[in-house]
Amino acid sequence: MTTLPPPAAKKLGLVIDLDTCVGCHACAVACKEWNDGGDFGPLPDEEPYGAHPSGVWFNRVHSYEVERPGVGIGDSGFGKADEAVCAEPASSHPESRIPNARPSLTVHFPRSCLHCETPACVTVCPTGASYKRAEDGIVLVDEDKCIGCQLCAWACPYGAREFSNERGTMQKCTLCVDRIYNRTLDPADRQPACVAACPTRARHFGDLGDHDSPVSRLVAERGGYALMPELGYKPVNRYLPPRPRRDGGEDAPRPPASREEKLDRDALPGVLRWLDRALSR
Amino acid sequence: MRPTFSIIAFTVLSGTGYGLWFLIGASLLAAWPYCAMTPLAGEPAPVYVCIYSGIIATALIAGFVLVTIGLLSSLAHLGRPSRAWRALSQWRSSWLSREGVAALLTYLPALALGACFLLVPSPPDSASGGGVLRFNPLVPVGPLGALLALGALATVYCTANIYASLKPIRAWHNRLVTPAYLLLGLYSGALLLAALTVLPYADFGPALPVLLIAVVVLAVCCAWLKIAYWRDIDRSPTIGPGRATGLEALGEVRSFEPPHTEENYLTHEMGFVLARRHSARLRRIALLAGFALPALLSAIGFALPSLRLAAAWLALGSGLVGLFVERWLFFAEARHIVIAYYGR
Repeated sequence: MTTLPPPAAKKLGLVIDLDTCVGCHACAVACKEWNDGGDFGPLPDEEPYGAHPSGVWFNRVHSYEVERPGVGIGDSGFGKADEAVCAEPASSHPESRIPNARPSLTVHFPRSCLHCETPACVTVCPTGASYKRAEDGIVLVDEDKCIGCQLCAWACPYGAREFSNERGTMQKCTLCVDRIYNRTLDPADRQPACVAACPTRARHFGDLGDHDSPVSRLVAERGGYALMPELGYKPVNRYLPPRPRRDGGEDAPRPPASREEKLDRDALPGVLRWLDRALSR
Repeated sequence: MRPTFSIIAFTVLSGTGYGLWFLIGASLLAAWPYCAMTPLAGEPAPVYVCIYSGIIATALIAGFVLVTIGLLSSLAHLGRPSRAWRALSQWRSSWLSREGVAALLTYLPALALGACFLLVPSPPDSASGGGVLRFNPLVPVGPLGALLALGALATVYCTANIYASLKPIRAWHNRLVTPAYLLLGLYSGALLLAALTVLPYADFGPALPVLLIAVVVLAVCCAWLKIAYWRDIDRSPTIGPGRATGLEALGEVRSFEPPHTEENYLTHEMGFVLARRHSARLRRIALLAGFALPALLSAIGFALPSLRLAAAWLALGSGLVGLFVERWLFFAEARHIVIAYYGR
């Protein structure tokens, strides 16, 4: 049935920490590996060793630069940077004339199914192949019913669904439903493959419907947010924003030392410049 | 969005077929039995004679062919066409399912009318060369026409809503999309009906000049609607990676490394850029071939009855070419939000 089940108390999902994610793609690879061999059968690749390999992955890791307002990436920032920025250069390279006061931020961004509470991918499905589980909110595709019309992929703004030409059906993240309830696995392993694989513990799995669960507390503590909530699909997964930077970035509380008098380091003799640098550490 | 030929052919051809069926159904409802039928004297039972049965039968067949080609070509888009019957089950939530149900239901009045107009034997003494049918007045031709018109309208409405309901594609989630599908379907149906009507055995009497004027009026309305739509989608702001990732409060977000070096399903299906680069020229072609030329030709046909045959068929050909370009643009110009993650 592609009509949605009544809202359930249990909302299983992921919490992804954009502060600690290092963009190693281990989650994506672990996902691909588990779902290649799990109950859902192989995730077929086309031309895996050919000139144009392509295939279905449930998890994709993007990397972004976040440019602070006023300072361009890769340019000196002269002319763009305002007075305040130039006045307080960061100490990353004190001899540089580049006013790198508010350096850009690198954010690695894993993207997968958010297991929305009101997913359009489910309601647009004409066959009933797409469904949302009433008991835990996981959004799944019944491969035996899917006709491959791909309307669900069009309806998903998060790019969670990928079509397999080999199978002629739509594929998507299962939240490792074949692991999290799998009694043949050690209890510690009953979590999604991407969560288990993450070397920086940037991925957390749990019940976001329970306000007291570790994931819900993490979201409350770190200001976890949903992606594009304005579209109205109520994603369950949450992203934890990057923490304020410690190296003089805009968000960090400025140490009192940065409020000292202006000092033109270039005008200093070499020894004093070295001394200033050593003392500034 | 990548323009798939099967879907473009489906929406243009079945739109034309349903437009034609709508016009035939509506005229049967409006005119039956007052002008299409006359009671025949000297028969043992009251029998009516239909004098424009040629055009009605031709239009029913033409509509059937176009709708069926369109629906079959939409099946070509499916990954598993053999399971297509399953698509009829979820009409409670899915516009695609509703479209399938409406399309199949519309065949019922069409086939019933086809049986009336094609299977009822013509009287041997028919006066005007095969265009006359005898009818028992109890055959509910008017209500069947109403059902045909309603079914055609409902099917195109469902088709339009498949696209209009998709919020991630802003060019489709637009208030002008549904009116445009309905009006363009009606317009191309009128072009086809005019072209069929000028054929020698499909006389439609005084309806033809009215039809030619209607084509001109509809062409102007369609062009105006498409221009308003294009202006609308050009004004709507593009969503970038900052909004998509929720990081825009931190600064300007720029993708520096995509997740994969090769194309994947998403970038292939939704990262179609070509049309937006050439959209101004393609829009002009769609307006010219789709609406301006057919309107001009129909006006010529109205003024000069001797040129009607050539004018009406040229208008149909040009109009369909224009509509194919228009529909190609409708798909190819639309930008899916997911492309924002790729920073394209």
